Amino acid sequence: MFLAIRELNFARLRFALMGAVIALIAVLMVMLSGLSVGLVRDGVSGLQNLPVTSFAFTHDVQRDSAFSRSVVDLSAVDEWASQPGVADAAPFGNTLVNTRTDRGTEIDLALFGVQSDSFLSPAVSQGERLGTADGIVVSPTALDAGLQLGDTVTIDRLGTRLRVVGVTEQQDTFGHVDVAYVPLAAWQAIKSGTAPGAALPQRAATEITAVAVRAAGGKSVDLAAGDTAAGTESLTLKEAYGASPGYTAETTTLQLIQGFLYAISALVAGAFFAVWAIQRKPEVAVLRALGASTGWVLRDALTQALVLLAAAVAIGVGVGLALGALITGSGIPFALSMPSISAAGVGLVVLGLVGAGAAVIRITSVDPATALGGNR
Amino acid sequence: MSSRSAPTASTTPTDDAPEQLGLVMRAVSLRHGNAAETVQALDNVDLTVRPGELAAVVGPSGAGKSSLLAVAGGLARPGHGTVTVAGQDMTVPSRRTRTELRRQHVGFVFQSGNLLPALTAADQLRLPLRLGPRSQRSGRDPLELLADVGMADKADRRPHQLSGGERQRVGIARALVTEPSVLLVDEPTAALDRARSHEIVRLLAHEARQRSVAVVMVTHDHDVLQYCDTVYEMVDGKLAASS
Repeated sequence: MFLAIRELNFARLRFALMGAVIALIAVLMVMLSGLSVGLVRDGVSGLQNLPVTSFAFTHDVQRDSAFSRSVVDLSAVDEWASQPGVADAAPFGNTLVNTRTDRGTEIDLALFGVQSDSFLSPAVSQGERLGTADGIVVSPTALDAGLQLGDTVTIDRLGTRLRVVGVTEQQDTFGHVDVAYVPLAAWQAIKSGTAPGAALPQRAATEITAVAVRAAGGKSVDLAAGDTAAGTESLTLKEAYGASPGYTAETTTLQLIQGFLYAISALVAGAFFAVWAIQRKPEVAVLRALGASTGWVLRDALTQALVLLAAAVAIGVGVGLALGALITGSGIPFALSMPSISAAGVGLVVLGLVGAGAAVIRITSVDPATALGGNR
Repeated sequence: MSSRSAPTASTTPTDDAPEQLGLVMRAVSLRHGNAAETVQALDNVDLTVRPGELAAVVGPSGAGKSSLLAVAGGLARPGHGTVTVAGQDMTVPSRRTRTELRRQHVGFVFQSGNLLPALTAADQLRLPLRLGPRSQRSGRDPLELLADVGMADKADRRPHQLSGGERQRVGIARALVTEPSVLLVDEPTAALDRARSHEIVRLLAHEARQRSVAVVMVTHDHDVLQYCDTVYEMVDGKLAASS
């Protein structure tokens, strides 16, 4: 530490340039983390907020589009409700629709068809809960998009009219579309394309997207046994995120970019400290000749790398948070999450240290005898 | 001149306790290179330097002078022979042990000082005191020692703010700060003018006597030999007392 700190101070311009590169990577990492969390929230917050542990879809359903493809018979709900460890089972319907308010505001909605008296019926922060046949409860983000409590929306092509009676307590989105909870019967009519006033076909009245299952507290549910009994295919809640439109592609892309950033960070730190280590060879030879052990020299070099990386990442994260605060709420799916940002920051420091360590290890091979003669 | 040394007055170190506190090299040989091409850097070298004695080693480039210092300071291990500093064997196989012995008993003065660019003159002296474990961190007061070598007013200056002579003074002080038994000095006047060269070697002779340190100085500069107690000549790895 004695020499490391003094060298950082002495060659501050050189270290500042290197630190700036790491700090920029940290800024980028914070932005990516914010986008990642924001996209996840925008993609599946509607599912995350459901008090559900698993969904039972049609047998052999295509997993990445289960919500749009699955059709389950209503009788499966009772079958699931009778399974050991299941606290609740309720029908769940899902479909995306285009709507327009009477004021002409166009808005897309992800309809969650639920029974008004089931455990899926959401709490509200404004208005009233589900109850009336045409009443819907929408995500607060729908208000940001121009919807108002009391508005009536008309579903394109079908003409079904729904009235906004309540607003959920937190953001509920699905596939980047605002969620609207709708009574199951209304959802079945919309899903089957039944025009307003027409009778609901017998078959449509028994069809739902999936059975939403909630396990009893502390108990696990044998999903395979339940599927066998009900003729369904279950996905845990987290697995069901992958069935949200675009979710897997988006998260995989961002994870890939983050992975590359980690690798770039390690390479940049490694390259800088490799050059630094080569430049320091004569000094290291003197240090060794003076009696510094290999461990002392390595500790000093790694301490230097750690101080530089930690300071640069801290500055970068600070700048990233400030930029993120400006972006949040601007319409871009962006959300700052301290746990994920902290993890990213620690990851950058650790991988940078690995890169630096791989570079400075070469100083252990410096021959102290080269400090003698005209070698310097 | 014989191929083996004929040191002046100290040829039987085993009989003489004070010699054991200095540097004793016996029948030391060192080869560089591989089986295909080898260079005999040191050839059966004997050398004894007592505490307080300043011994000079002169000789042409490539004669083995730096190799002599490297072996004496435990930087290199000879193929044959024994080296003791303050009675400690500097030829032990363990590099870690040799490093520890060097830290405790040997001081190096390099060409042009070889100071670390990031450190002030005072920090150059503090550094060797911090290289070992905390329990072994003892030595002289750096500022006091800087004052002894006439550098008290430049304690806060870095190497690039010092002249060649000043750098060398700091280098000498750095080598002395751990109170070593042996000082190994490599071409201390290589980058200095005549006046500065005399000043530096006078300082070395003074410090050697005052602190009872055995000093081996490798030099090309015959002008400064007047300050040395003994002078050796090295040619093709062989050391002999100079006429």
